[in-house]
Amino acid sequence: MHVDLTTVWAGIIVFAIVMYVVMDGFDLGIGILFTKFRVGADRDTAMNAIAPVWDGNETWLVLGGGGLMAAFPLAYAIILPAVYAPITAMLLGLVFRGVAFEFRWRDANHRARWDAGFCVGSIVATFAQGVTLGALLQGIKIGARAYAGGYWDWLTPFSVLTGASLVTGYGLLGSCWLIWKTSGAVNAEARRLAKALTPGMLAAIGAVSIYTPFLSDKYYETWFTWPGICALGVMPVAVAAIGLLLYRRILKGRDFLPFALALSLFGLSLLGLGISMWPDIIPGRLSIWSAAAPPSSQIFMLVGACILIPLILGYTTWAYWVFRGKVAAEGYH
Amino acid sequence: MTGITALHLARAQFAFTISFHFIFPAFSIGLASYLAVLEVLWLKTGKNVYDNLYRYWVKIFAIVFAMGVVSGIVMSYQFGTNWAVFSDKAGPIVGPLMAYEVLSAFFLEAGFLGVMLFGINKVGPKLHFLATCMVAAGTLLSATWILAANSWMQTPAGWMTNEVGQFVPQGSWLAIIFNPSFPYRFVHTVIAAYLTTSLVVGAVGAWHLLRDRANPGARTMFSMAMWMAAIVAPIQILAGDTQGLNTQEFQPAKVMAMEGHFDSYASGAPLVLLGIPDEENRRMTYSVEIPKLSSLILAHDLNAPLAGLDTIPRRDWPPVAIIFWSFRVMVALGFAILGLGLLSLLARIRGKLYEWTLLHRIAVMMGPAGFIAVIAGWVTTEVGRQPFTVYHALRTADSVSPIAGPAVTGSLLAFVVVYLGTFVSGALYLVKLMAKPPSLHEPLPEALPIRTAGITPASFIDAGGGE
Repeated sequence: MHVDLTTVWAGIIVFAIVMYVVMDGFDLGIGILFTKFRVGADRDTAMNAIAPVWDGNETWLVLGGGGLMAAFPLAYAIILPAVYAPITAMLLGLVFRGVAFEFRWRDANHRARWDAGFCVGSIVATFAQGVTLGALLQGIKIGARAYAGGYWDWLTPFSVLTGASLVTGYGLLGSCWLIWKTSGAVNAEARRLAKALTPGMLAAIGAVSIYTPFLSDKYYETWFTWPGICALGVMPVAVAAIGLLLYRRILKGRDFLPFALALSLFGLSLLGLGISMWPDIIPGRLSIWSAAAPPSSQIFMLVGACILIPLILGYTTWAYWVFRGKVAAEGYH
Repeated sequence: MTGITALHLARAQFAFTISFHFIFPAFSIGLASYLAVLEVLWLKTGKNVYDNLYRYWVKIFAIVFAMGVVSGIVMSYQFGTNWAVFSDKAGPIVGPLMAYEVLSAFFLEAGFLGVMLFGINKVGPKLHFLATCMVAAGTLLSATWILAANSWMQTPAGWMTNEVGQFVPQGSWLAIIFNPSFPYRFVHTVIAAYLTTSLVVGAVGAWHLLRDRANPGARTMFSMAMWMAAIVAPIQILAGDTQGLNTQEFQPAKVMAMEGHFDSYASGAPLVLLGIPDEENRRMTYSVEIPKLSSLILAHDLNAPLAGLDTIPRRDWPPVAIIFWSFRVMVALGFAILGLGLLSLLARIRGKLYEWTLLHRIAVMMGPAGFIAVIAGWVTTEVGRQPFTVYHALRTADSVSPIAGPAVTGSLLAFVVVYLGTFVSGALYLVKLMAKPPSLHEPLPEALPIRTAGITPASFIDAGGGE
């Protein structure tokens, strides 16, 4: 494998997606679990645990979309019409939860309604992201530089499975974030939720992993021939080990550990996804090289990315550092 | 043909979502800069009134910003969902400009927004001021990149077509970014955002002056807003005029439609003040005209000849009636804003800025005028680019995704329902916040539910005085 501009850009897009999943995953997860927390101080605490950072987290999603259009315009132009309905649902879900965030503080009389909106919006957005991933993995019909399928093609048992899996996974991330960032009743409830969600997450990873190789011959060959078969041997063991450790350390052990372990589960899942898809951007149909923007566009953006991404990571870290430590219902003081 | 096609629906969806979206940046670009000004005044003078005004407006900013962010995420995906062919073809040029917007502007705003809204007691006033400035800089950077992209679609430069039909850079990116209409559009848009904000701030100040003319916060914000209107409105009219001349050079059909000039004039074209464009018969009906004035404005010569839409092939015409009217709405409001600014100067000279209730009533009525003018202006320039997405290079009809009508209808309806539900609620909350007079002890945004429950207010002042 030789490294060229296109592989670098594929790496940057993957990095944006990973950052998005890592960062927005937990705040969508808190939304998914939101109505499990008691009305009043508990919910305010859960909300305050993400209030200063959610906007930055969601910006990675904009970078994923904008970056895909810029670096792989053809892929952007084919994938988005193929997942028209789930993308629309995701955007509307994000609109709902984003405004509910602000509005619940402004309108005590309708707070229950905005809390419900925050929860439903988070679930819809997450499920739609999972469905989109499933739809991409199971294959997209393409014609001459355009999507050639129907507008229900995305809906299959597999995409519903990936949607449900992501809801479970983000829920786990959210509960682990709250274990880290809160204390008292919210912390106890978060531990209970994390304990319940961990087996679900492991089952979801298992189900998607078993299903995927049978979606296409290409996946089957990747995983059941050399060198993929090595990964096939290692991955399930790693997932099981981390999952077990997570399950045992939820009730005791350091507060940040469950979040770190839950993130590693996501890391392994994304790695598996990468092994399945490489080097295609639309599996089986379109490689990253056929979808790539011309080098002049790639170089122009690469200059910016090399300067700006480290800066972004720098001040994002600073913002998280400013709001380090446990939060309470009054917010950060 | 039933008349309404998937193309119409996709256009309606884009028009609806972008119009809704732009209301928020138009406000937050101006408000972020205003907050930076308030904070620097507070740091310099130590006057309590600036600090309180900062807290008063930062709560409003938080809501406006959130609505801008979520409605903006929609835009970054809608190019792909509804305008796939455009994305494939123009992606190599428009995409990097938008990627730069995300990398340089959105992350800057997002990274410092948390500190700006919630961090005053964590980082101290100096770093907090830095955070406010970074957010304000982010809003301006964002405007720069997105307007570069939009302007490139209006006046494409520095491009060629590659073997698969994509528009790709030819030579320097500077030619793409600084395309012919970009500098004019940038100046006109940013000033518009500042004016829009000053009208809202002025209306809120005036509203509270009408109730209590001694309220120090209301007095200060009203005075600041009226200075802005008086100084910037004339500059804006000038900026608009130069953008019009630029448009005339590069997109003459747009200006012809704005002017209602179906016919060419060999010498001295009249300025059509009002009238009803009749596209079918290619003429203005019931028009009220001032002889030769259009030639004077557009060519700076009373007797200059002026070409009309009769020199443009019919299939390249933009929809004349929409542009003709949206342009008039924008211009009329622009002059009304100038009038308000002049009135405020008169009030100042007479020493009655805080006492003249008629001025306050007018200022309250003019509160939403900026938003209407901004949307009318964008309608003029965007509809005026039709029937192209990339001017004279890609037709709108050839840009759309292969998505059938029912799917586009469904998503359009969903957007309308959700946007009306959420953003109308948001507007109501904003009005509610603005209806409260600025007090001497404005609470911080995070603390609303707690403070109103009566727990000791966090001390913004102490944090500053502790240095």
